[in-house]
Formats: sequence, structure tokens, C-alpha cells
Amino acid sequence: MNELQFLGAIELGLIYSMVALGVYLSFRILDFPDMTADGSFPLGAAIAATLISYGCNPWLSTFCAILGGCGAGFFTAWLSVRWKILNLLSGILTMLALYSINLRIMKGPNVTIMMDVRTIFSPFEIMFSTKITGTIFLLSLITLVAGFLLWYFMLTKTGLAVRATGTNPRMARAQGIKTRAMILLGISLSNGLIALGGALFAQHQGFADVSIGSGTIIMGLAAVIIGEVVFQTRRIWLTLLACIIGAILHRFAIALALNADGIGLQATDLNLVTAAIVIIAMILPRLKEITTNKFTERSRS
Amino acid sequence: MIKLEKIRVLFNQGTALEKMVLNNVSLAIEEGEVVTVIGGNGAGKSTLLNVLTGDIRPSYGKVFFENINVTDWSAEKRASMVARVFQDPLVGTCGNLTVEENLALAFYRGKNLGLRFALSPNNRKIFHEFLEKLNLGLEARLKDPIGLLSGGQRQAISLIMAVLSPMKILVLDEHTAALDPRTAAFIIQLTCNIILEKNLTVLMVTHSMRQALEVGNRTLMLTEGEVVFDANGKEHSKLTEDDLLKLFKEVVDKKGEEDEILLNP
Repeated sequence: MNELQFLGAIELGLIYSMVALGVYLSFRILDFPDMTADGSFPLGAAIAATLISYGCNPWLSTFCAILGGCGAGFFTAWLSVRWKILNLLSGILTMLALYSINLRIMKGPNVTIMMDVRTIFSPFEIMFSTKITGTIFLLSLITLVAGFLLWYFMLTKTGLAVRATGTNPRMARAQGIKTRAMILLGISLSNGLIALGGALFAQHQGFADVSIGSGTIIMGLAAVIIGEVVFQTRRIWLTLLACIIGAILHRFAIALALNADGIGLQATDLNLVTAAIVIIAMILPRLKEITTNKFTERSRS
Repeated sequence: MIKLEKIRVLFNQGTALEKMVLNNVSLAIEEGEVVTVIGGNGAGKSTLLNVLTGDIRPSYGKVFFENINVTDWSAEKRASMVARVFQDPLVGTCGNLTVEENLALAFYRGKNLGLRFALSPNNRKIFHEFLEKLNLGLEARLKDPIGLLSGGQRQAISLIMAVLSPMKILVLDEHTAALDPRTAAFIIQLTCNIILEKNLTVLMVTHSMRQALEVGNRTLMLTEGEVVFDANGKEHSKLTEDDLLKLFKEVVDKKGEEDEILLNP
């Protein structure tokens, strides 16, 4: 892996850390397997790219992308809590609908952001010696702010109520927590973060495409799981940091796999590699359990 | 005063499996009354309790809290008036939240939530004081996930959580049934102390006749969804465990005879 590939992995890792934080919020905090992500990531990209190509302020466009993601998440949660549609299915339905919506927004399968059009990265690209340090600086800043805000939220009364809803809804209701409202809020926030990831992706890559969403959930989960394996902590700020580091490590793993000579993998094998990483990360703890059990049995006998 | 008016609860209403779980139960609980409810399995004790907390909406009848009709209020809306301790300590607390976070949830029960920090030096001090009184050393474990505590410790904290903020009624759902006898005795003693100290209005469901007489100043017996016995005041203080057991057998035998008639026409 050369220096450019290394820095590229950091950039994409920081972008996908938004997805990781969103997936952490839905899957881990709320225990809500939310499949909307595969639709809300390209939704964020589509909204941001389209607005920017129309000449809209890039920060405002990014903000609109976040709102769009929140809306998508709200709809999924609403289907689930109001109409009691299975949460997994609610997300898949929204994701399916978003595919068409994204095509509508972009008036086609993709939108290109021309090189001379200003994105949120433009001023930072000039500010630093190299273009890539500028983007990494801004991406780190955004990741830190998002992570900090999420950490702060978790410690508030409302955040505590969201966490209680995810772990023990019956107890939460007995404490007067409106669990349905908490799910609506949490899933909206989660998809807002994921759409932010999409908006950053579009501006970084210079395009939005309907197909960039496939596998978003698995990428997010991969980051969360890798982070959990590496950090193994209960402290909230560390688990959030673990998501971010996990996203970057996941991108390193992909870069290594795709660029290693001799394996013969190409860029199109990305999804295969991601699935393999998640499967390995999920099997490893089990394997460890089995081997330690065998070991203790043997030492007993 | 808390009033249940002609409560009927039907499960699977309108189907072949329709079952009357509570049949025309009316009950008025005065302030300061500690009502214990006994009865066999399937007598409707838990259903009665769930009607009060709002977890089950009665098919017919009304529920009043101080003249407010709360029949259509959900459990979370009633939380400012009802505090509940569950039978299973795992249900009553959030395992992966810390002890102080669990206490904070109870501290804000039924209040508006905002974007202020859930834990402040001030309420940490309050929690510390409350746990110190238990003499279990739990005040040193405020920052531990509550899942690391034993069932008895968790149930003791559940009790503290229930009385952290004001309520109209404390509802105890066989809250010692999942504990070993020694821990159960400790929790019952703690319950009595708290009820006395705070002068609480209580509805407690129990399987133990002794607990029912010890803790309560009024005892109900439920059978097949109906109140078959209700004693308070002097009548209650004269009651013995044997009286209750005899009564319980009578009721069961009567039902047995009916069954016999049905089976041997």
C-alpha cells in the first residue's frame, strides 16, 4: 500500500465513520436492525450533489442531506412503531422506496459535481499544502464534532431514555418514557448521520450514484464490530471512538486486500471482501469461546 | 383515592378462546392503605395489577386516580402516579446501564426530558444517600453496570427507584418471588420500612399468606377473576395465616365440587 492509498483509506474511513455511528445508534443502542441505511446513504449523496450542482451553498446542501436522512429514518420508525410493521421489513420498504426517490432527485442514475464547483472541501484544499491533508483535516473535524455531539446526547436525559428504550422497553415505559417517540427520534438521528456520510462521500468523490448505497449497513456493522473487537469497553465515549477507529481500520483492511499483489482481487470485489471481514469478525469471538472451553475441559480432566 | 369501577377484562374477546379474567371487580383504595392481593394461579391478580398500571386496558369499567378518569391512559402516561416493582429484577432495571443511570431514569419518572445531563453532582449525592441507607455497600458501585449486581441487590435498587419520585400508588408484583428466602425476607423488611417511612399507598400481589398479613393492612383474595374476600381494619388485624389457608381451601374446594358436578352428571 503506497502513501496515497493509505491516505485514501483514512479519508473513506472518516466518511464511513458517520455510517458507523448511525448504525451503532440503531443496531446497538436501540436494538433496531434498521435497513434504511442502504437507501439513506445514497439519499444524502443525491440531495447534496444535486443541490450543489444547482449552485446551492455546499454547507446548506449538506444540511439538507442530513434532514433528508432524518426524514427517511423517521418514516421507517413510524412504519414500525405506529403500524407495527416488523422493524426489519420497515427499513427494507423505505430502502426500496428511496431507490426510486433518489432517481427522481437526481433526475437520472447519477449526478456529477464538476471540478470547478465549490464543495465544503474546496476552501480546505487550498488552505493546506496538499489537497488531501485539507480534506482529511475537515473530515476529522466533522467526525469529531459528530462524535462529540452524539456522546453529549447519550448523557442527556433524553439520551438516557433512548438507551433505556433499546435495552428494556418495558422498564422504560414503567419509568414514563415514551418508548415510541424515542425510537422515532433515535432512528431519525441515525439516518441523519448516515445521510451526512453520503453527502460527504458525494462531495469527496465528485459524484452521486444510486448504486453507492448497496452494502452500507454491512460496512457500518463491520466498522462497529471491528471497533468492539479492538476496544472492548463499556464507556460511551470509547465505544463511539471505537466506531470511528473501526471504520478506518475496515477501510485499511479493504485497501490491503484489494491492493495486495498476488491475491488478484479487484475494486469490484469490495462487497465480497467486506462481507468476508464481517463474517470473520463475527466468527472469531465464537471460535475463541470454543477453544477456551476445550482448553478448560482438558485441564479439568 | 384510587378507584376501580366494575372492571371486566376479557382475553381473546369475540373468539372461541374468550376468557373472562376479571369479572366485575370494583375496588376503592384509600390513601395510606396497604392492600395485599392473594389468590391461586390464574385468579387474575396480575391482571388486576396491570389494569392499575395501565399495561392492560380493561374491556369494560373505569379506573380513577383522585377523580381523574385514567382508563385510557397508557402505562407511560400513568408513570407519574404509579411506581412499580416487577417480579423479575431483570425486568425492573436496565442491565447494561449503570446503577446511577438506572436511578436517574427513576428520578425523572413521568417528568419532561430535555437536553440537560441526566446525572449531576446534586442527584449523584441524593442517590449516594439513598443507597447508603441500605447498608449493602451499593453506594460504592454507582458507576457499575447494574447487570453485575445480584438479583437481591437489583431488587433492592428497584425498590429505591420506585420511591425516588412522588407517586399516588406503589405497585409490587410478587417482588420477592424470584429471590432466595433470606434475600426475600430482607426485601420484605425493606419494603415495610419504606412504606412506613413514606406513608405510601400500596397494592402488593403475593403468593405468601404470611407476607399478605405482615405487610398489608387490608387483604383481598381473588378467585376466577372475582374478589371473594376483603378484610381491613380490626377484622384484618385478627386474621391469621391459618384463617387465610382455610378460606383458600374452602374456595378451591367449592370450585372443585362444581367441577365434579360438571364431570359426573
